[in-house]
Amino acid sequence: MAQSFLTIQQVDKSFTRGSMTNEVLKDISLDVEQGEFISIIGHSGCGKSTLLNIVAGLTRATKGVVFLEGAVVDEPGPDRAVVFQNHSLLPWLTAYENVALAVDKVFARTKSKAERHDWTMRQIELVNMAHAKDRRPSEISGGMKQRIGIARALAMQPKVLLLDEPFGALDALTRTHLQDQVMQIQAELNNTVLMITHDVDEAVLLSDRIVMMTNGPSARIGEILEVPLERPRKRLELVSDRNYIAARAEVLKFLYERHRFVEAA
Amino acid sequence: MTQTAAASSNVTPLKTQGPQTTAHVVALPKAQPKSALLSPRLKARGVELAQNLIPPLLTIAALLLLWEMLCSSPGSSLPAPSTVVSDTWELIANPFYDNGGNDKGLGWQLYASLKRVALGYTLAAVFGIALGALVGGSTWAMRGLDPVFQVLRTIPPLAWLPLSLAAFRDGEPSAIFVIFITAIWPVIINTAVGIRNIPQDYKNVAQVLRLNAWEYFHKIMLPAAAPYIFTGLRIGIGLSWLAIVAAEMLIGGVGIGFFIWDAWNSSRISDIILALVYVGAVGFVLDRIVALIAVAVTRGTANA
Repeated sequence: MAQSFLTIQQVDKSFTRGSMTNEVLKDISLDVEQGEFISIIGHSGCGKSTLLNIVAGLTRATKGVVFLEGAVVDEPGPDRAVVFQNHSLLPWLTAYENVALAVDKVFARTKSKAERHDWTMRQIELVNMAHAKDRRPSEISGGMKQRIGIARALAMQPKVLLLDEPFGALDALTRTHLQDQVMQIQAELNNTVLMITHDVDEAVLLSDRIVMMTNGPSARIGEILEVPLERPRKRLELVSDRNYIAARAEVLKFLYERHRFVEAA
Repeated sequence: MTQTAAASSNVTPLKTQGPQTTAHVVALPKAQPKSALLSPRLKARGVELAQNLIPPLLTIAALLLLWEMLCSSPGSSLPAPSTVVSDTWELIANPFYDNGGNDKGLGWQLYASLKRVALGYTLAAVFGIALGALVGGSTWAMRGLDPVFQVLRTIPPLAWLPLSLAAFRDGEPSAIFVIFITAIWPVIINTAVGIRNIPQDYKNVAQVLRLNAWEYFHKIMLPAAAPYIFTGLRIGIGLSWLAIVAAEMLIGGVGIGFFIWDAWNSSRISDIILALVYVGAVGFVLDRIVALIAVAVTRGTANA
């Protein structure tokens, strides 16, 4: 069997509390090629974050396996760096120190001290945060925090970059700006990215494929949509692009016609 | 970044040229200090200082005045503040005299008490943080130890004194033990709470980075729990200082506690009042010291 770069194979996940078993994910299978940008979209509570956490190794699948380059994923590691929704920066460290913590750990043996410093600075410059490198998370805006979160994840040189609703908590202008920046970085470094989102435009703009999930409990992959748009993509030009509009309509139909959000689900 | 800069330059082209305008401003203050007596910043700080200092000073003055009026009659059982100062002037003026035995200045008495507190409190801090980390980090340690701690911590400090006197057969280690046993509970409990409350986010970060146990302890656990730990340490230092006065009254020797008891036995009421003022002042300073260390160590995440 020809293995993909990242393979999610028949993953089930259920949480058991006492005698209650709550099945969150059912039979999820997905193959991701190197350099692909995949978005996972679905209504809240459909288990998208659980799926991301399984790939990250932070949560164990009840059944099924995740392979990365042929090796089974069973614990968290820097090869699957996560950008958390709420940035998860350590508040007692400066922006620089937050990134350096990752760099110093991941490259403790392979890079010298000076090289690690240069590497840390390069990541911070990549997200345009050099001017605020000595500030603490409490002293910078939400968008800046998320940029440092992205720099920290990129600094680990992950095989797969996992983004858990990275722009969800940001205002629209900042979000737009960061999406462009992520697109640019991805074009530059050709990362493999798995992104959770509930924003249709974001999914269409950034992804090569959009994985649409049905509502929980027992959420499955409903459809996978290829986004046939050339890169580099320009936000403004896409607004009137036929393929863009079609893809957007497809996702919207899936989410709001066929799998409408059930109240109190 | 470049987009926002370009957008704003349309509206206010002058302000985006920051470096040049600030260069002029930087040059000016150097020429000015002689002409201006108080820079605006210094003045603002002076006003702030006055706002913080004047109200408590007024309160103290009012209390002293009230006290003076209440106690200035010849038949009053307690001395008025003016009497206290005149009675104890020798003690105030010579805090570090030493006539041998217990007849030492108040500076020495406080120093002896502080030495005991320093030792007992340091032990409590070290063991308290270690035990708290254990209880906070391990569910089984919590189940086993927490109920015991909850019972032990309700025992009043002085109730331990007879037992420790029996065990150590000496006043000095007994007093230190009382300080230790008084200060350790809030340290343990707050450390445990702090460690139990480490956000899952930080643990996830540690897991993704594959930090080992030691790295997790000193890079995530200690700094994340530091605000809680320092809350415990601050309560602990306050309790230590409360306990030492009581313990010293019973064990005797040099120390501010026994000084008070001794003064009572020889009816030197003014000496007692002076000692109380000193005890309060030292307690306040100890609390501030721990609070300032907290701010320095936690880099501002703890409250001063």
